Amino acid sequence: MIRAFFLHKKDVLSKVISNITKMADKMVRYVSIEIVPLGDCAISITFGNKIDESIHLQIQQFLHIFNLRRVKGVLEYAPSYRSVAIFYDPVIIPYSQLVKEVYSSYHSALNTAQIQSIVFRIPVYYGSETGPDLGFVADYNNINEQEVINLHANKEYLIHMIGFVPGFPYLGGLSKKLVTPRLKKPRPKIAAGSVGIGGSQTGIYPAEVPSGWRIIGITPISLFDLEKENPSLLCAGNYVSFQPIEYDEFLTIKALAADKKYDIKTYKRER
Amino acid sequence: MKTPIFKVVKPGLQTTVQDLGRFGFREYGVSPSGAMDAYSLQMGNILVGNEIGEAALEAPLIGPVLLALHDVSIAICGGDFTPKINNLEVALWKSMVIKEGETLSFGRVKKGARTYISVAGGIQIPRVMNSKSTFLTGKFGGFDGRALEEGDILYGNPFIRRNRLLDAKLIPEYKNPLSVRVILGPHKEKFTPLGINTFLNEEYILSPQSNRMAFQLNGPKIEHSGGADIISDAIPFGGIQVPASGQPIILMAEHQTIGGYSRIGSVISTDLPLLAQALPGTKIRFEEISLNSAQNLLINSRKKVQYLNWLSRS
Repeated sequence: MIRAFFLHKKDVLSKVISNITKMADKMVRYVSIEIVPLGDCAISITFGNKIDESIHLQIQQFLHIFNLRRVKGVLEYAPSYRSVAIFYDPVIIPYSQLVKEVYSSYHSALNTAQIQSIVFRIPVYYGSETGPDLGFVADYNNINEQEVINLHANKEYLIHMIGFVPGFPYLGGLSKKLVTPRLKKPRPKIAAGSVGIGGSQTGIYPAEVPSGWRIIGITPISLFDLEKENPSLLCAGNYVSFQPIEYDEFLTIKALAADKKYDIKTYKRER
Repeated sequence: MKTPIFKVVKPGLQTTVQDLGRFGFREYGVSPSGAMDAYSLQMGNILVGNEIGEAALEAPLIGPVLLALHDVSIAICGGDFTPKINNLEVALWKSMVIKEGETLSFGRVKKGARTYISVAGGIQIPRVMNSKSTFLTGKFGGFDGRALEEGDILYGNPFIRRNRLLDAKLIPEYKNPLSVRVILGPHKEKFTPLGINTFLNEEYILSPQSNRMAFQLNGPKIEHSGGADIISDAIPFGGIQVPASGQPIILMAEHQTIGGYSRIGSVISTDLPLLAQALPGTKIRFEEISLNSAQNLLINSRKKVQYLNWLSRS
């Protein structure tokens, strides 16, 4: 009885401590933006010091609110892993005014519901000639090819940023069991749509470019289409999930996509 | 209406169509591109009577040979590559008429690294994401996303305008050694005080490995404090990254939007046109300036350009 009481007390105590830690954690997270000039026409706002899903989601939350305000003189922005750069015209908006807008957006972002992310289902034909490194990735990690596919597909990867080439997503969340070093000598070019692993990163190449990543598959859909008003299919803050397909499906989707008749499957991500 | 204005007889080294750049798509990895030397582009447009941000041809080091297919006013601004019409030397920073059947060509590089050919009525080319600029790595914008090639025909809405001459005070001087002003950061903490001192006091030589994407410089090694790499973040035009080699690289008009090297500073907007005109071998020194002073310079130069534009139109 006495022992049970103590146990109970200990439980309560540890709960209290854990709650305090959580609150402190939240506070630390919430007071930690840092604003620095990025030359005379941009600022960089840093939200944290590591690659972390929750840090990136704070950036998205902030951008969502900041965008709604339609601040005059803001030209464009570029979110990345742990920071966002805002490009502005100092003739229209002074630095001090922009900084004020940023802080104010940041504070309202803390009090708004988390934005809804979309998951894009990207069909991928793994292996064969268009995924030449599938075998290497399997061997390197001491698993078989099917296990590589199972670990890579049907998992939600956060799009931290788009860059390197237009439409290229930097994805977070690759399984540790799939981490594979890059090629010593990059290939001079890989096909548009190639899906690869480079170290602890994974991504999809929207265009034919040189690459040192291990290519494990290919998607038949286009990630960057100049005929669309917004050419990039993907944007930071959303998610990608790979869906394994067979070769005949690859051909069918490729033909449909070429006629712009393929609807990419998406769903709302559970919060 | 679309009128043929030029036929490309020789394309030159890498002649591209550029305006003031493509904005609003950086979050999708689209580089702004645009003129390396926005000042020369704008002066050319003012001289021929175009909208200030109209597209022109940008030609580095070896200019093109163009056959005029229509009478039109043109202006050559920026680098002096000895421009000639029908082999007779013509002046820079002024508008003049080229007649149908005449040939515009270039000779020896006297000053600067890029010349801008502006045409009255502009260049008729579809806008991609609101801009006529060529994005070479992205392979879109401008003339089919590439540099001009022999046989290409350029279209426009040509007109002739009374010749105008730019006041000598407004013609920039391309110096060697060149001093460019920088705002330090955003990764100042990635460098030792000695590293920053080296950067601000030593001379760096512009390497021939320099293009629309980046200018490579060689000089005394800039010392890092705990590694050269950062968690990749956004890059501005003029950002100066320093990889582990300690040799600075300045990101130019067609820079990648995201980079993973620490950046010691950014060249201010007012000095970018002068830097863009530096030839390989130019000695470059970096001088620190405050954000406030840099923005005042930018505001003043913008007012000057707008005033000129207003003058030329009234």
